[in-house]
This record gives sequence, C-alpha cells and structure tokens, in this order.
Amino acid sequence: MANRYKSDLSWSDVTPAEVFFNRRKFMTGAAALAAGGIAGPAFAAASKFSTDEEPNKWDEITNYNNFYEFGTGKTDPSEYAGALTTSPWKIEIEGMVDKPGSYSYEDIMANMTVEERIYRFRCVEAWSMIIPWNGFELADLLNMVGVQDGAKYVAFETLVRPEEMWGQKRNFIPWPYREGLRLDEAMHPLTMMATGIYGKDIPNQNGAPMRLVVPWKYGFKSIKSIVKIRLTDEQPETSWNMINAPEYGFYSNVNPDVDHPRWSQASERRVGGGLLAKRIPTLKFNGYEEEVAGLYEGMDLAKFF
Amino acid sequence: MSHALTTSERINLILRPIPKWLVYLLGAAPGIYIIVGVALALSGTYDLFGSSLGIDPAKTIEHWLGELALQFFIATMSIRVLRDFFKLKLIKFRRALGHLTFFYVTLHLGVWLWLDLQWNWALMWSDIVKRPYITIGMAAFIILIPVMATSNNAAIKKYGPRIWQNIHKLAYPAILLGAVHYVMVQRVWELEPLIYLGVIVGLLAARGRVLLPQKARS
Repeated sequence: MANRYKSDLSWSDVTPAEVFFNRRKFMTGAAALAAGGIAGPAFAAASKFSTDEEPNKWDEITNYNNFYEFGTGKTDPSEYAGALTTSPWKIEIEGMVDKPGSYSYEDIMANMTVEERIYRFRCVEAWSMIIPWNGFELADLLNMVGVQDGAKYVAFETLVRPEEMWGQKRNFIPWPYREGLRLDEAMHPLTMMATGIYGKDIPNQNGAPMRLVVPWKYGFKSIKSIVKIRLTDEQPETSWNMINAPEYGFYSNVNPDVDHPRWSQASERRVGGGLLAKRIPTLKFNGYEEEVAGLYEGMDLAKFF
Repeated sequence: MSHALTTSERINLILRPIPKWLVYLLGAAPGIYIIVGVALALSGTYDLFGSSLGIDPAKTIEHWLGELALQFFIATMSIRVLRDFFKLKLIKFRRALGHLTFFYVTLHLGVWLWLDLQWNWALMWSDIVKRPYITIGMAAFIILIPVMATSNNAAIKKYGPRIWQNIHKLAYPAILLGAVHYVMVQRVWELEPLIYLGVIVGLLAARGRVLLPQKARS
C-alpha cells in the first residue's frame, strides 16, 4: 500500500485546497471513502520521500519538456500535446501476471491511493527540476494484477497515435516509445505512476493521463502516456538504448561519475534559475542513494550504465 | 538603346549603393540586442527579454548565437558561388559578413563559457578533450582565428595574395566543422541541422575545384 510513509508537513499544507484537489483525485478519494469508509483524505497524504527543496513553478514544469511524440523542441509538447485525447484511456497489462487485461484509467484509480511526492527530476541532458507529483506507487498496481513467479522485468509502452502525436510521423525513434525496469526497481517504493502535478491533473505534455516516475534514473526512463505494461523474464528493449546503445544504457541511473559520451554528468543546471542558473553538483542516484543503492550492490555501474 | 537588364544586373544595381557599414549594423543587431539584454538582466536594471527566451534562457541564447554564426558563415561562403553561378556582385560585402561570422562564433563560445559552464575551467577543459562535438566546435573556432586576424587590407599587402588566399581557404574546413558540430549536439537526427549541413556541403561542392591543389586544375 502507498501511504505507509508519513510526515507532518507537505506542499499540500501550503497549497490552497481548491488548487490542490483535482477532479480525478477527488473522485478517486470519494470512491475510496465510499468503498472502504477510510476516514480523512488519504489522497492528500504526504511522503517521507519528498524533498524539502523548493519545487519548480507550474509554468516551468509544463513548458519545458522532452516528449518527442510532439516534437523535439522543449516547448513543442506544451504547444502540440493539446491534440491528445486522454479519455477514455486503457492500459493493457499483460505477460506474467495473474490478472492480465485491459484496465481503464478509472478501473486503476478506483484501487489506488494517490499521494504527493516532491521529487528531484534529472534529465540526461544535464538539467533538473523539482516536481511535486501526485500519484501512486507502481508496486500497488503490480500487486493489484498479481506478478507471477519468474517475472524479472517490467516493460512499458507509450501510446502510438500519429494523428494526435505529430512527432510520430517522423521515424527518428522507432515508435512506440519503450521503457523498462527490473522488477525490484519497479517494486521500489520510490517508483511511482504519476497522474497529477501540483494537485492538478497531469497535463498532456507531462505524460497524461498516467506516466512513470523513477526519480533516481535519468528522465527518459520515466515513460509518459503509458498504454501497455508487460511483465517478462527477459530484459525488455528500451527506446534510447535501441537508438544509441553506447550513449544510453538500460539502467540509466543518475551517476555523476559516469559521463554521457557527449557531455559531463558531474553537474546540472537547475531549470528556472534564469540567465545565470547555478550549476549544481549532480548527486549519485539523483540523491536517492540511501534508498536505492542496495538494488545495485556488486554491480559495476560504469559497465551497467 | 541598351539591352534589357538581366535579373542579376538589376539586383547588382540595387545592391551597389548599399554601404558596408549598413551590413555591419544590421548584421550585428541581434548580437547587440543579446549583449545589451544580458547586461541589463544580470545587472538587474531591466528585463529586455521578458519571457521570449523561454524557461532556460541561457540555452536559448547559446543556441541562437550558434545558429546566427552558421547563418553568417553560410552567407559569407555563398558570395563567390553567387558570383560564379548567378553573376551577382556581392564581393564588397563579404568581409563584413566574415567579420560578423567571427563576432557570433565568439559570442556563442562566450555564452557557453560564461552562462553555461560558468567559468568552470576544469569542466571546460574536460569537455574540449573528451566531447567530440565540443572538440570539433573548438577546432572550428581556432581555425578561424588566423582567418579573422588577416581579414583586412594590411594583411593582404603583408602576405601577398597567394599566401593570404591559402590562409582564407581555412574557412572551408571551419564551416564544415561548424555544421558537424551542430548535427552532433542533437540527441536524434534532427532536420534543421541536417539542412545546414546539406547547404554547406553543397557550397563546398560548388567551390570544390578551387580547393584542389593548383596542379590538379585544368
């Protein structure tokens, strides 16, 4: 279950309620209340995993995106993602699961507890943001469908709909966009499915209606607008690795000691700092070393980059 | 009655009275706008840019200056081709365009060092040594230094036309390196840098004969 980590304060304490509650979350919360008679707004729960760093502004988070389905420019997604229809939305969950099937967004949300997580977000291009996500732990969804013994990896795919995603009319990426995690990474409590930002429905350019967030990995691992989840015993193909394997590994953990071949990963520029946005040192596992280093014990991170 | 003017002759007539200083002024305008805007912003005096530079203004300026440098470089290198193929007489503007190219290359490099790397010399050095696209960009800049330094009448007198011309042929490898630098910085094969590269390769092909050693020419 989500909600196992609590603290007294969260961003929700300073955000006005009318901004904080969004329709989907409110309905989810209402459904949870109706179903389980849970006292109190479970969906506003805080998390001990949240950073206390100052989050980036809404405009920064929603106007500076890499979502090549809508073009390769940073402002292309905010300009063109409005064309995407996100309702109805179905996610195929298949492979080594007990209850495979096509799950609607509503099916899933009725069973999930949404909470807020303020995470660092580090792009492989050496810029970073602080983002207050709303969502649930991926582990909760995987437990809902039942992961079978022998499953070792989780594969994800983004929607393919060129008529709404004009970037898909060009083939610089073999669509669909694909990502994958090892099962233990997928089940880690930091790994979440985000459905909101700042308590509002997640905007299309940020991966509506549901996207992965893996805060200790480079941003491209956090696949957007997911329509397929497959449990498998083989390491799945991942898009950037398919395009350019020497530059993008399967793991792609944030690591200041392992440079991208074309630029240093030792430092990053925090978006939103204006013309002289300070370069800050990049932290191993993006600052989540304490939580996730154990997953990679004994592995040569320069080899499995 | 004289013969009807060709299109090229008409254009030449229109262009002839344009003074060189006007080319410098108009060409330098975007660079001056950026310099003034950055100076005002950093001194906290006035926000000239507003939100026009987006969420990451330093990167926007860096890329903008890089594109301006390539655009002026292409303009400079087109002059001879336009004369050979279209009889356009633009030679009198070529030096100004060349100077403007170097102006933008230098600003592009300056913004990278200042706003992007923030004078982190260790990072700069490791980037130049380890990152091929930065190595290539830096090589283009260094190659252009002697070209810029001799881009004046005194240098022609001093070195004589033959040596001077050979120095200025360095512009050809420099522009090619500039285009490759632009293509390599992208994460995927983007159309725009490839168009620049295509135009530049086309220009080099059109001038190919000149670049061959003297003996090889017919």
